[in-house]
Amino acid sequence: MERKEHIISLLVKNAPDVLARIAGALGGKGYNIESLCVNATADYNVSKIVLTTRGNLATLNRIEKLLNKLIDVIQVDVVNPDRFVEKELTLAKIKIAEEFRSKIAVDIDSYKWKVVWLNGDYLILEVTADKDEMDQILQHLSELGMVEYTRTGTIVIER
Amino acid sequence: MKLKGTQILFKVLEQEKVDTIFGYPGGAVLDIYDELYKTRLRHILVRHEQGAVHAADGYARASGQVGVCLVTSGPGATNTVTGIATANMDSIPMVVFTGQVSTALIGNDAFQECDITGITRPCTKHNFLVRNIEDLTETIRKAFWIARSGRPGPVLVDLPKNVMAAETEFNPEPPKRRKMDVAYEPVPETYEEILRMIQEAERPVLMIGGGIILGGASSELTAFARKLRLPVTGTLMGLGAFPGTDPLWLGMVGMHGTYYANMAVCNTDLLIIIGARCDDRVTSKIDCFASGAKIIHVDVDESSIEKNVAVDLALVSDAKRALGHMNRMIEDRHFEINTRKREDWLNRITDWKHQEPLMYEQDDRIIKPQYVIEKLYELTKGEAIITTEVGQNQMWAAQFYHFDRPHTFISSGGLGTMGYGLPAAIGAQCALPDKLVVDIAGDGSIQMNIQEMATAVQYNLPVKVVLLNNGFLGMVRQWQELFYEKRYSQTDMTYQPDFVKLAEAYGWVGLRTDSPAEVADMLKQGMNTPRPVLMDFRVDREEGVYPMVRPGAGISEMTLFPRKKCV
Ligand SMILES: Cc1ncc(C[n+]2csc(CCOP(=O)(O)OP(=O)(O)O)c2C)c(N)n1
Repeated sequence: MERKEHIISLLVKNAPDVLARIAGALGGKGYNIESLCVNATADYNVSKIVLTTRGNLATLNRIEKLLNKLIDVIQVDVVNPDRFVEKELTLAKIKIAEEFRSKIAVDIDSYKWKVVWLNGDYLILEVTADKDEMDQILQHLSELGMVEYTRTGTIVIER
Repeated sequence: MKLKGTQILFKVLEQEKVDTIFGYPGGAVLDIYDELYKTRLRHILVRHEQGAVHAADGYARASGQVGVCLVTSGPGATNTVTGIATANMDSIPMVVFTGQVSTALIGNDAFQECDITGITRPCTKHNFLVRNIEDLTETIRKAFWIARSGRPGPVLVDLPKNVMAAETEFNPEPPKRRKMDVAYEPVPETYEEILRMIQEAERPVLMIGGGIILGGASSELTAFARKLRLPVTGTLMGLGAFPGTDPLWLGMVGMHGTYYANMAVCNTDLLIIIGARCDDRVTSKIDCFASGAKIIHVDVDESSIEKNVAVDLALVSDAKRALGHMNRMIEDRHFEINTRKREDWLNRITDWKHQEPLMYEQDDRIIKPQYVIEKLYELTKGEAIITTEVGQNQMWAAQFYHFDRPHTFISSGGLGTMGYGLPAAIGAQCALPDKLVVDIAGDGSIQMNIQEMATAVQYNLPVKVVLLNNGFLGMVRQWQELFYEKRYSQTDMTYQPDFVKLAEAYGWVGLRTDSPAEVADMLKQGMNTPRPVLMDFRVDREEGVYPMVRPGAGISEMTLFPRKKCV
């Protein structure tokens, strides 16, 4: 059966155990959260969570209903990628090797990546892209001397 | 009005019309118990916190009200977990108050500290840790509201000692709350569609679950089924929702369901499921469950629909409203079913019933457990409130006692918790002091909460225990007999107390017989004794529960009662 990736956007109460409830509700039934982003909204009492998971449509349906049942969950949206803008953020640390120096400089320029930190040996890039694009960029950077990176989960907003 | 946390607790309980709570004191709840001392609230002191939760659960099932418990922190709280999980699986409205160490100590591994909200998160409908006195009133009110609304369930409220000792302004006005299920106002077309499907069906079957009882929809259901001449079967939790003596009633469906109920579900062309979640004990092999049929599923809990069984039409609604609405539609217009086809179908079911009724073989030397229940049914005229333990005793009770009214069959269905029946009977008797309450028990299960015999005596609760004593963990033994070549690994429980002496030691009346001829008289004597009575029936040790759908088989492939003497 098809195990597509799905993005779910939630509004939840901003309280200590809410994330545990969500993780427990899904984990307890064997559903994996593949990526996760959480922060407070403009209303500090409400947090927004964007999570991604994998499964067929029936699984997605079940997950949506399970989340809807949680008392602290205010709203559940299954994200239709056609109606949402989707991005991830990565901080990538690159060891500057002589042979790649000029190549990196060119890429930074053409892809409009931001250099957020730099010394003689290393630089740190800030990269935003959607998931598939990010996979490619990280592959590319690993060939240019990337030593470490931190990648956020997907975030989305409706168009 | 400024009040302390402990005072607020009892004020809100009063506003929620709580008249009985079940509990057990300890360090973290001393202040609460001191305040209780000053109120007139009835508190039933159990002998184990698991007993408190099952008793509150039995109270809730018998009365339809929210059951309430109060226990201390740490071990008091952890002892409630099995009871809470039991209530959660069967959607029983309940609020459990647990003591907690002071907020400053939480996280320090303080004496009798335990993260009970963490432990019970997956087995409560919701739970709360009250960190501020300002939140207390609203949290308790919300706990009751959550426990009752939509699909009911247990809610735990953890009460730190310092919060309960603090003072705050008490607002006696409860806030207005929306009903939880208004979001699901179904569209009239859905009702039309359901009625149309029933009209077109040739072999419809109605399958009901505990949702009918929890939703108070029994009379609507009964009217609906009778008007449309729909045969009705039910899950274990649905027993009593439809009159068990009505000719349209097929008995229970599923693993130990009747032959005719299971055959009807297999041969139906339209299965209408209301208030049941269709677990594996009901459906068995899912591909064989109503495989040729269209399926309609009505439930308040959206997540119960399409969880196990794929449906053609789903309606998220409470059963009472949906059935009430459709009953009015049927009355308002000329609604016709194809009577001839329907009678053909009902006749076919009757043939199955004659071909393979629920049965056992009476014996004049050894007591058959089914016979005890049959006699109990006769003697009580079906009027008793029956609780059960878990195992064969539970299945025979479901098969051989007939339940005409909701709230009269009280049993742990979803979790199958041994030790449930006695404390649940105590709780039911607290709710219904004038009713005859009988726990149909097995000798294994009864020993799991036997300490509650003392509770029954302390509060003059004249509950009866009908012990089907086979000296085995009977249901497990039956599986070993059928699937493990009679290797009875750790299921022989011949070593048991003298139950009659034990009963007497607790202040009960104890009776015993091993003779079929004495069964009726002993039951009569037991039922007529206005005190708690344990009746120890020494029954056939290796009797089995039939029909039985083997694990992994479809529900039409039943192992039927092995007729030894029949030709
Ligand atoms: C707490 C708990 N432990 C274990 C089981 C597994 N189990 C199910 S039925 C059963 C046997 C019950 O024996 P008994 O109470 O004597 O009843 P009988 O089947 O003999 O009527 C057991 C051990 C259970 N349901 N609950």
